[in-house]
Amino acid sequence: MSVTKTDAPMVTASNEPTDATEPAGSARSERLSALVQQHGALAVLVIVSLVASFSFDSFATGDNITNMATSSAFLAIVALGMTFVIITGGIDLSVGSLFALGGVLAAWGSRHGTLVALLLPLAVCGLIGVVNGLLVARSRLAPFIVTLAAMLGARGLMLALTDEGANTYLIAKGSFLAELGQGSTLGLGNPVWITLALFGAGAVVLRRTRFGQHVYAVGGNEDAAALMGAPVARTKILVYTLSGLLAGLAGALNAAWLASGVTILGNGMELDAISAVVIGGTLLTGGLGYVSGSLVGVLLLKVIQNVINQIGSLDSSYQLVVSGAFLALVVIAQTWLGRRRRLM
Amino acid sequence: MAPPAEVLAVRGLSKTFPGVRALDDVDLTVHAGEVHALIGENGAGKSTLIKLLTGVYRPDAGRISFQGREVSFETPLEAQKAGISTIYQEVNLIPLLSVARNLFLGREPRTRLGLLDFARMNREADEILRTYGVRVDVRQSLRTLGVGAQQMVALARAVATEARVVIMDEPTSSLEPREVETLFTVIRRLRDEGIAVIYVSHRLDELYAVCSKVTVLRDGRRVHHGDLADLDRIDLVSTMLGRELGEVRAEGQTKFSGEHLIADDQPVLSARELSARHKLHGVSLDIRPGEVVGLGGLLGSGRTETAKAISGSLALSSGAVTVAGVPLRGGSTPAAIRAGISLLPEDRKSEGIVPGLSVRENIALAVLPRLSRFGLVSESRVDGIVDTFMKRLRIKASSPHQKVGELSGGNQQKVLLARWLAMNPKVLLLDEPTRGIDVGAKAEVQKLVDELAADGLGVLLISSDLEELIEGSDRVVVLKDGAVVGELTGDDVTEDQLMRTIAGEAPPRGTPEEAVTHG
Repeated sequence: MSVTKTDAPMVTASNEPTDATEPAGSARSERLSALVQQHGALAVLVIVSLVASFSFDSFATGDNITNMATSSAFLAIVALGMTFVIITGGIDLSVGSLFALGGVLAAWGSRHGTLVALLLPLAVCGLIGVVNGLLVARSRLAPFIVTLAAMLGARGLMLALTDEGANTYLIAKGSFLAELGQGSTLGLGNPVWITLALFGAGAVVLRRTRFGQHVYAVGGNEDAAALMGAPVARTKILVYTLSGLLAGLAGALNAAWLASGVTILGNGMELDAISAVVIGGTLLTGGLGYVSGSLVGVLLLKVIQNVINQIGSLDSSYQLVVSGAFLALVVIAQTWLGRRRRLM
Repeated sequence: MAPPAEVLAVRGLSKTFPGVRALDDVDLTVHAGEVHALIGENGAGKSTLIKLLTGVYRPDAGRISFQGREVSFETPLEAQKAGISTIYQEVNLIPLLSVARNLFLGREPRTRLGLLDFARMNREADEILRTYGVRVDVRQSLRTLGVGAQQMVALARAVATEARVVIMDEPTSSLEPREVETLFTVIRRLRDEGIAVIYVSHRLDELYAVCSKVTVLRDGRRVHHGDLADLDRIDLVSTMLGRELGEVRAEGQTKFSGEHLIADDQPVLSARELSARHKLHGVSLDIRPGEVVGLGGLLGSGRTETAKAISGSLALSSGAVTVAGVPLRGGSTPAAIRAGISLLPEDRKSEGIVPGLSVRENIALAVLPRLSRFGLVSESRVDGIVDTFMKRLRIKASSPHQKVGELSGGNQQKVLLARWLAMNPKVLLLDEPTRGIDVGAKAEVQKLVDELAADGLGVLLISSDLEELIEGSDRVVVLKDGAVVGELTGDDVTEDQLMRTIAGEAPPRGTPEEAVTHG
């Protein structure tokens, strides 16, 4: 684009820089609110972790931390895909079922080698993601219904593969796949490294590519995005595909970690993923969000779970109560911040 | 300098929607470096024309040539890529994204790795926006900017996509006067650079400030085109409204009975200094019982906003409404209804009737809480009220149980009227009560309004139909740009005077209640 140099006078607003914006005071509180929204979850995570490590001897031990990290990895991968979907203003309820299906497919395929064990779940779950995306973007159906249908369908498919859960496929010890799930590098489990790599890539894609810009634009104002030339339909199809792929991959890695395709996994996982994403500062209404926040959200859920487990006297059922209460608090705080910033 | 090239030529454009001929054989010629005013009242076909030019609609007949080639755009995006950009009334950008990203969305500069080059993007965005008089931190999100600055970003974006024609659809409707000046400076610069601007606005001052050519549409036809300087304001208004000055009938075929007997001199409704950002600037008016006060002015002059402000559905920045001497808590529709104010909204379909419900249910909707005891509705009392109003308003339906959606426009309007009359209001605000209904029904609704006033109701009548306004009202308060510019009383209530007042010429006897002030 060219910057035209004409001798048209600089107009009034240019002499008073603050003219075009709101008063300076509100700009500062805006920045503060934005900071809280983006990093509030991280602050809470740090505080909760510090309190826990002072309160329980067994919290800040190497074993406990690596265990928490590994068990967080699978949910985190699912939440990564969910972050993209939610930023476009959508929702993906099928990821829990895809996670289970991915695990079973990986275990079933492992007898044909690691390549099949990884590619099969990716292909099937990715394809279901594509179908989700097509139905949402092209047929303009509500994401909630489309992915609810996919959730039921994928769970059914998984049950069919395992004779209603009677068959559990095992992953042979010592295979590359088992190593991928169970082995560790530099003291951290391989799934953790894979998760970190995926989040790094996810952050770059979201912040530094055109596709990422389109994800934000579609969620921020779909009609305007279309008028501005953003490929709305393609963007939506891609995010649901990505979500499906990541859910399938997470399932496969989880199966590798457990050495079998466990059929009862993934129930309600979509809700955990959504919780983590929202806790991480992504707006459920779309247009604003961060992958780093989702990672923090997952860790926070895990730490709370771990702390409750540490309090031996507390029934683990309360863990759900605390997680629920926590989510409610976050949503209230976010809504409040959002209203302050006039996002909603 | 060579004569300016014809950049956009529209010939014989027609578009019909079910039941409406929205555009009928319209021509439009726009040259490079010209600011062309496109004006017309509601329903004149301006929006249809713009949507045909920008690929939102496809024409039924006619040709559009752009830069000498015949074009037919399938989508707004195609039109934009070809070089026709549109700035909409509402800013169409993405508020949560940064200013720079909004400016560059879809054509971001990239580094060799294919990643977005934010440094370059922010630098260029800053440079570009400075030429539009906007100095902001381009990294902050767009929504932190004022509407004026957002509009400038939209404009900068539109022009940056190599636009040859920029269509501006009421770009100033939410701008402050100073922001309007900034916009004009930019428009003049675009003009000097050879870009054609099609400027749609109802504000006459603005048209005369920036436009050189004008095309006037009325009822889907082009009724005038030429140099704007050749047309003075009063001619422009009369052309637009389709009323010949001096040929106005001395006495129309009145559907109204003329002057009403005003029983009480104390106003039943008194609105003082109503102000709302960008929309109303200190509007005051009184309505006495039994009086029909007309609210005149062009589209966008603040008529509907005034009615909404009185009925509590538009938030006020200042001002007060009193009903029968009792001050009304502002900004609350339920409070206004309780105080006895009923608004018949302009848009029947979206703000009034519930088409899937029956006549009976629609009429009883608002009054239900008053007819129920312990949450249970007395069916017989509902039947009584429905029966009374169906007879009184002569609502033609097969039974009270017929769905309102199946009725004609006129009868739908009567059902709405019945709903509010059942509330026993003191003041009735009618926003375009006869729009879109057939002639017979129109006369009936007008007669009803007359009867209601005769019964002692205070009525505020908003109408774009000058004849209806003149003949139906005892007084006419004239609005322009959200402020009262004049009031016609007694013998001054004529179409001639009304048009002169709207055009800002020869204010009627007495001084206007509020001077038009801008900044």
